[in-house]
Amino acid sequence: MKALGNMLNDLMRQMLFLPEQASTISTKIDFLHYFVIIVTMVASTLVGLLAVSFFFKYRETKVGASTPIVNPSGRFEVVIISVPLIFFLAWGWIGFKDYLWYTSPPKNATDVYVTAKKWMWHFAYPDGPNGNAVLTVPANRPIRLLMTSRDVIHSFYVPEFRIKQDVVPGRYTETWFEAVKPGRYRIFCAEMCGTWHSQMIGYVVVLPPAEFDTWMARQRLGLVGKIDTSGSDTADTFRGDLVSYGRKVAGAQGCLKCHSIDGSQHIGPTWVDLYKRPTTLENGQTIIADEGYLTDSMMDPYAKVVKGYQKVMPSFRGRLTAPEAAALVEFIKSLRTDSLENLSSKEPVYGPVERR
Amino acid sequence: MAQSNDVSADGAKYPAVHYMNADAGIKSWFLTLDHKRIALMYLVLTTLAFIVGGLFAMALRIEHLTPDRTIMGANTYNRMFTLHGVVMIFLFMIPAVPGVFGNFLLPLMLGAKDVAFPRLNLLSVYVYAAGAALALYGMASGGADAGWTFYVPYSLSTPAALAPVLFGIFILGFSSILTGLNFIVTVHTLRAPGMTWMKMPLFVWAIYATSIIQVLATPVIGLTAVLVGIERIFGFGFFDPSRGGDPVMFQHMFWFYSHPAVYIMVLPTMGVISELVTGTARKNMFGYKAIALSSLGIAFVGFFAWGHHMFVSGQSALDAGSFAFISMLVGVFTAIKVFNWVGTMYRGSIAIRTPLIYICGFLFFIVFGGMTGIALATVSLDIHWHDTYFVVAHFHFIMVGAVIMGWLGAIHFWFPKMFGRMYHEGWGMVSAAFIVLGFNATFIPQFLLGNAGQPRRYYMYDERYWALNVASTAGSTLLAFGVLMILIYLGYALKNGAIAGDNPWDLAGLEWKTTSPPPKENFETPPTAEEDPYTYQKKGETVEHVVI
Repeated sequence: MKALGNMLNDLMRQMLFLPEQASTISTKIDFLHYFVIIVTMVASTLVGLLAVSFFFKYRETKVGASTPIVNPSGRFEVVIISVPLIFFLAWGWIGFKDYLWYTSPPKNATDVYVTAKKWMWHFAYPDGPNGNAVLTVPANRPIRLLMTSRDVIHSFYVPEFRIKQDVVPGRYTETWFEAVKPGRYRIFCAEMCGTWHSQMIGYVVVLPPAEFDTWMARQRLGLVGKIDTSGSDTADTFRGDLVSYGRKVAGAQGCLKCHSIDGSQHIGPTWVDLYKRPTTLENGQTIIADEGYLTDSMMDPYAKVVKGYQKVMPSFRGRLTAPEAAALVEFIKSLRTDSLENLSSKEPVYGPVERR
Repeated sequence: MAQSNDVSADGAKYPAVHYMNADAGIKSWFLTLDHKRIALMYLVLTTLAFIVGGLFAMALRIEHLTPDRTIMGANTYNRMFTLHGVVMIFLFMIPAVPGVFGNFLLPLMLGAKDVAFPRLNLLSVYVYAAGAALALYGMASGGADAGWTFYVPYSLSTPAALAPVLFGIFILGFSSILTGLNFIVTVHTLRAPGMTWMKMPLFVWAIYATSIIQVLATPVIGLTAVLVGIERIFGFGFFDPSRGGDPVMFQHMFWFYSHPAVYIMVLPTMGVISELVTGTARKNMFGYKAIALSSLGIAFVGFFAWGHHMFVSGQSALDAGSFAFISMLVGVFTAIKVFNWVGTMYRGSIAIRTPLIYICGFLFFIVFGGMTGIALATVSLDIHWHDTYFVVAHFHFIMVGAVIMGWLGAIHFWFPKMFGRMYHEGWGMVSAAFIVLGFNATFIPQFLLGNAGQPRRYYMYDERYWALNVASTAGSTLLAFGVLMILIYLGYALKNGAIAGDNPWDLAGLEWKTTSPPPKENFETPPTAEEDPYTYQKKGETVEHVVI
C-alpha cells in the first residue's frame, strides 16, 4: 500500500515537473497540489466536453433560426454555486491549516540568523560558525531561520523544501523547515532585487545528523585558528577569518617584498594606515584609498600611481581570485593604528560556492 | 472614403454618410466629441501599445532561449520585463476593452446619441496620451527596472529613471477614472425608453461594474506612485525602513489597486464574451441575472482580496486566511459565469465562425487561469509558487489570455458594425486557432517551470529549466504569427472587405438596429427598447420556454 502511494506520488510529482520532496512540508504541499489539480482537470474536462458536444449538437443549420428560451431554475443556480464553493472552501481550509503549521516553528528548532544583501546570503549560528552562501544544516531536525535584509527586499526560496519567505529590511521575518534528505539544494532569491537578482546563489547543505554534529564540533573547536601556513590552502578550503587569510595571501603572492606592514617606507607604500588615507597621485589628484582603490591597484597598478613611487608593480589580474583580493583588502583594513579595536572580522567563512 | 460599390450582391448597403466621413479633415478627428471616433483613437493607441509590449515580450522570450546571456545584458533584461509589464498593463489591458468597445458600443447598446460627457471623453484620450508619453519618455531616458510592481525599497534605490514612469502611471490613472465616471453616468441617465436595468445588455453590466472599480480603486495607485516618486526625488521616508518607512505598507497600497485592476482588465472582456456567446449561439442569455449580478459581485469582493499577493511577505496568518477565503468567492462568481455561458449554448443555433474560437479560447483560459488562481489562493500552495513562473503563467492566462480573447473576439464580432465590412472568415478562424494554440504553447511550459521552481524575473536560470524555456519561446512565435496575420487581413478588410449590411447576423441588440457603420448621431430616430436584447425569435412565433 505504502509502495503504491510512493509510486503514485512519484508519478504525479514527475508529471507536474515538481522537484524532489526534501522537507517535511513538501509532501503536505504536494498532496494538496495533487488534490486541487486532479479535481480541476476532471471538472474542466467535463465542462469542456459538454461545451464541445453542444457545438456539434446545436450547430447552426439555418441563418437566423429561432431558438427556445431556456433559463436555469433556482435549484440549478444553487448547485453551480455550491459545488465549486464546497471544493474551494475545502482546499482553502486544508491550505490554511498547512499554512498555520508552516508559520509555527516547533519549539525545539535550532535558530540560524540569515542576512540577505545584494546579492548574497549570510548565515550565522548564534553560538557557532557563520558564513556566506552555504547554510549547513542537519537532516531530521527543525531549523528556524530568522531573516533580515541589509538593503532591499529579498526572498528566501528553496524549491525542494517548498518554502519561501520574504526577507525585509528593517524587520525580522521567520521561516522554518525540517530537511528529510541529505543533499545540496539551491537557494533562490524570489523577490526582484536588481541586476544580479538571478545570481543571488546560495545552497543549503543537509548533512546526516551525526555528520552535522561532527562538522559543528570541528567548527566550534576553533579549527579556524589552526590553519597551516604552508600556502597550500585555496579560498575553497581555507576555514579562517578573512584577515588571517589575507596575511597568508600577502606572503604567498610576494606583496610584502615591496609593501611593509610595520609602517616603514619601501618600494611601495606601506600598508599601515593605508585604508581611508587621503593619497596624492602622481597627476596631483587626491583620492581616498578605499576598498575600490585598493582592489583597482592590485588589478591595474599603473592607473593611479601614488606620487613619489615608481611604476614597478606587476598586475595581479588573473593571479588573485576574488576572495583573495577581498582577503587582502580586509588585511590592509586591519592594519589601522587609529582603530579603537583591532579585531579581525568575524565574517565571512568561505565555503565553496559555484558562480557562473 | 468614397465607395465604388455601396451595395453588395445580396443587397447589403454601405451608407454614403457615416461617422467616419461625416466631418472631414484631421481637426475633425483630433477634436471630435463623437464616442465612435474616440473609440477608434483608442483602438489605434492601444493596438500600438500592444505591438510595443509584444515586441518587448518577444525579446524576453528570445533572451531565455539559453540559460545565460543570449542577446541582452542583465540590466537591459530587467528594464525589458518592467517595460513589457507597464506597457501591457497600463497602456494596453486597462484601457483596451473599455476605451475601444466601451466607448464604441455603450451608447449604441443603450440607444443613446453619445456618452454623458463627450468632452470629458475626449479629454480622457489626451490624458492617456500624455501619461503614455511621459512613461515612454522615462523608458527612453534610462528605463525603469523594478518590475511593474515597483516594490520598495528596491524601486527607491535603483538608479534607473523610475520617476517619469511613476508619474506617467499617475496621469494614466486620471484617464481611467474619467472614462469610468463617464460610463457610470451614461448608464444611469442615457438608457433608451423601455430599457430597464434588467434589460441592459450584459456588456453594459460588465462595463458598469468595471467603471465602479476604476473610480474607486485608481486613486490609490495614483497616490502610491506619487508617494514613491516623491520619496525618490526628495528623500521622504514613506516606505524606506532606513528612514522610518514601511516597505510592506507599500505592498498593501499597491495591491489594493492592482488586485481590483485585474478585474478592470477581465470584467469588460467577460461582458464581451457574454455578448459573443449569446450572439453566436442565437440563444437568450441563460441565467441573465446571475451573470449580471456576478459582475457586481466580482467588483465588490475584488476589493477585499488583495492580501493574497502577500502570503510570504510576513503578514499575519489571520490576514492570510481571510484574504484566501475572500479570494475563493471571486472564483465562485467566475464559476457562475462559466456555467451560464456553457448553458447558453444548450439548444442554441451555434454559428461556427471566428468568434466561436475566441469563446472557446476564453473559456479555456478563464477556467484554467481561474482554477490556478484558486490554487494560488489556497494559502499553503502559494508558498511554493509565489513569485515563480507559475504565477506568471497564471496571470497571463487570466489577464492576457482572457483579455486578448475578449479584445480580438470583440474586434471580429463588431468589425462589421464598426467599419461596415466583413473580414475573411477563413483567415479569421486560422489566425484565432494560431493564437489560442500559441498562447497555450507559451504558457503551459511556464506553469511547469513554476512547479519546478524557476523564480520570475530571472535573467539567468539553472540549466534544469532550459528545455521548458525553449518550449515556451517556441510557443510565443506561434502567438506572434497569429497576431501578425490578424493585422494583415483586418487591415485589408477595412477597405476591401465585403459589405456587411446593418445586421449581418440578425441580432436583436440596439447596436444592430442602425446602419453599419453607424451615422454620426448613432440612430436616425431615437430607438426604444421594448424587446430584450437577446430575442432570437420571429415576431408572432410561439416561443418554447424551458427551465432546467
